[in-house]
Amino acid sequence: MNSKSFDKANLICGILLILTGIFFAYQSIELELGTAFRMGPGYFPFILALALILFGAIILFQAFRVEGEPIGPIAWRGIIFILAAPIFFGITVRGLGFVPSLFFAALIASFASHKMKPLTALILAVLLTAFSVLVFSYGLGLPFQRFGPWVRF
Amino acid sequence: MDLFNNLLLGFQTAGSIENLFFCLIGVLLGTLIGVLPGIGATATIAMLLPITFQLEPVSSLIMLAGIYYGAQYGGSTTAILINMPGESSSAVTAIDGYQMARKGKAGAALAIAAIGSFFAGTVSTFLVAIFAPPLTAIALEFGAAEYFSLMVVGLVSSIALAHGSVIKALAMVALGLLLGLVGTDIYTGAPRFTLGIREYADGLNFVAVAVGVFGIAEILRNLENERTREVLMAKVSGLLPSREDFRAMIAPVLRGTAIGSILGILPGGGAILASFASYTVEKKVSKTPEEFGHGAVAGVAGPESANNAGAQTSFIPLLTLGIPANPVMALMVGAMIIQGIVPGPNVAAEQPALFWGIIASMWIGNLMLVILNLPLIGLWVKLLTIPYYLLFPIIMAFCSIGVYSVNSNVYDLYAVAFFGLLGYLLLKLRCEPAPLLLGFVLGPLLEENLRRAMILSRGDPSTFVTRPISATLLFIAVVVLIVVFLPSVRKKREEVFVEED
Repeated sequence: MNSKSFDKANLICGILLILTGIFFAYQSIELELGTAFRMGPGYFPFILALALILFGAIILFQAFRVEGEPIGPIAWRGIIFILAAPIFFGITVRGLGFVPSLFFAALIASFASHKMKPLTALILAVLLTAFSVLVFSYGLGLPFQRFGPWVRF
Repeated sequence: MDLFNNLLLGFQTAGSIENLFFCLIGVLLGTLIGVLPGIGATATIAMLLPITFQLEPVSSLIMLAGIYYGAQYGGSTTAILINMPGESSSAVTAIDGYQMARKGKAGAALAIAAIGSFFAGTVSTFLVAIFAPPLTAIALEFGAAEYFSLMVVGLVSSIALAHGSVIKALAMVALGLLLGLVGTDIYTGAPRFTLGIREYADGLNFVAVAVGVFGIAEILRNLENERTREVLMAKVSGLLPSREDFRAMIAPVLRGTAIGSILGILPGGGAILASFASYTVEKKVSKTPEEFGHGAVAGVAGPESANNAGAQTSFIPLLTLGIPANPVMALMVGAMIIQGIVPGPNVAAEQPALFWGIIASMWIGNLMLVILNLPLIGLWVKLLTIPYYLLFPIIMAFCSIGVYSVNSNVYDLYAVAFFGLLGYLLLKLRCEPAPLLLGFVLGPLLEENLRRAMILSRGDPSTFVTRPISATLLFIAVVVLIVVFLPSVRKKREEVFVEED
């Protein structure tokens, strides 16, 4: 690595695509490939995976030829809190029930922004939960348990 | 007159109180999200998709369609008033529209945009009505080989119209197709790429993928650097354009409608490409090209008509062939499947009320937009003052509810998080998510038709080139690919998309 003039985005992109391609290709071989006449479950994905590896390789190759714009800042705080919200909702919606689960999910998501003040987040989460319960649970009649077995006495 | 009877049936369906109500909700919601930057039509439709279960199929599709073209209107409003296009298809409108507003002609600019859009919407609604039946008749002749080739054309066009690197777009299509194959193999019942998770045996949830890749990725990008939005609103006065304005807008509106109608049918870009093409054309044919960028009427009227026409005609491939032309149409396919309707040429024959109802509702919706939006502009602009940090927790909550309510499968929620991360990663690596989503939707169909065609031809791949329709379609796909790779076109493409950013 003596020359520093390579495109970081394309480098990462190429490597990731190749790895993904290898993963899918490997999984496809484990399935039955079959013949062109009677294609097995692995045939079409195997071809696609090879194509993905090829495209990845070309992008990787291009990374060393042209330099593009830098990747720029990454929203770490956003990633942590935003992605945690649906995961938390998924883990707890059956146990805690719709109301508390949604309240906490909204609260978690609120902290993705450094501009959000704790009190504002709390008020927002309360209002949002109340609105959602009214609209989705009572209004549209979605079959959610409002309070789950974890919080019932 | 078949067309007349069909349209009558359509207006009867779309004109029922219930459907009018959902059309209204759709266009209002659409305008709202069109006005608010940072949340697009794709993400909104993805979120609302599950909620439409409870509705009649016609009502739900009418509402979703309303969101789509409503968003185009809303996007133009903010583009003109505060130089901030709410939707990417109105980015061009901002150039001259905002200049008009600064010269005190904000009202006229808004009216021109609305009238142009309404005219384009009317014409293209009729185009859909005229062209859908014959195309449907052709599509009924399609066998597995033709369907395969048609989908190849669709995917290739989405590559041609994607931003940035062609190779990356190709890779996105391949990745999308692969992700679409996750789940149980239809012929053998073997689970594929499910990582042993039983909950993914039915495949990855389409709503989860769309919400993640489009909605959540966009939120993350907005969180990178939180700017405070400054709303410097130009004063709206005198909504009626002057006589000269009217005279200046007629030709651009007609040209824009024509350009938009043609480009809208092409898979991939639709409305966005249409508005850019129209702006370029107007600038070329104008006697006073120096006016462009300083508040030229043609620079508002042309692109606005074009993007609306494009939005409408992109329904043609969906309604006739069941092939989505862009991510929003892919979501409409999802909505139809959820309702138990298999999109394709049979829809027009088997569900005429649904088919013509949607077409008629587009015209009604456009009318509603013109009547409602001009007086409501003040309200829409007020909404812009809502800080973004209050918006995204709301979006996240609705995303979670929406995705979970599709199948009550908590693994779908984990998929949302995963695809949100993937979408953000792709944004950072300068890959376009649209070809990926199109590939995801078409993946299973493509494979099924490929395998069926090969079985029918006893393993002879020449079936794709010996059948005339299939051969023609593949030929088109090859030509498009070659054109995209031509050095001169490549350069031009880059220029077009640089302008867009």
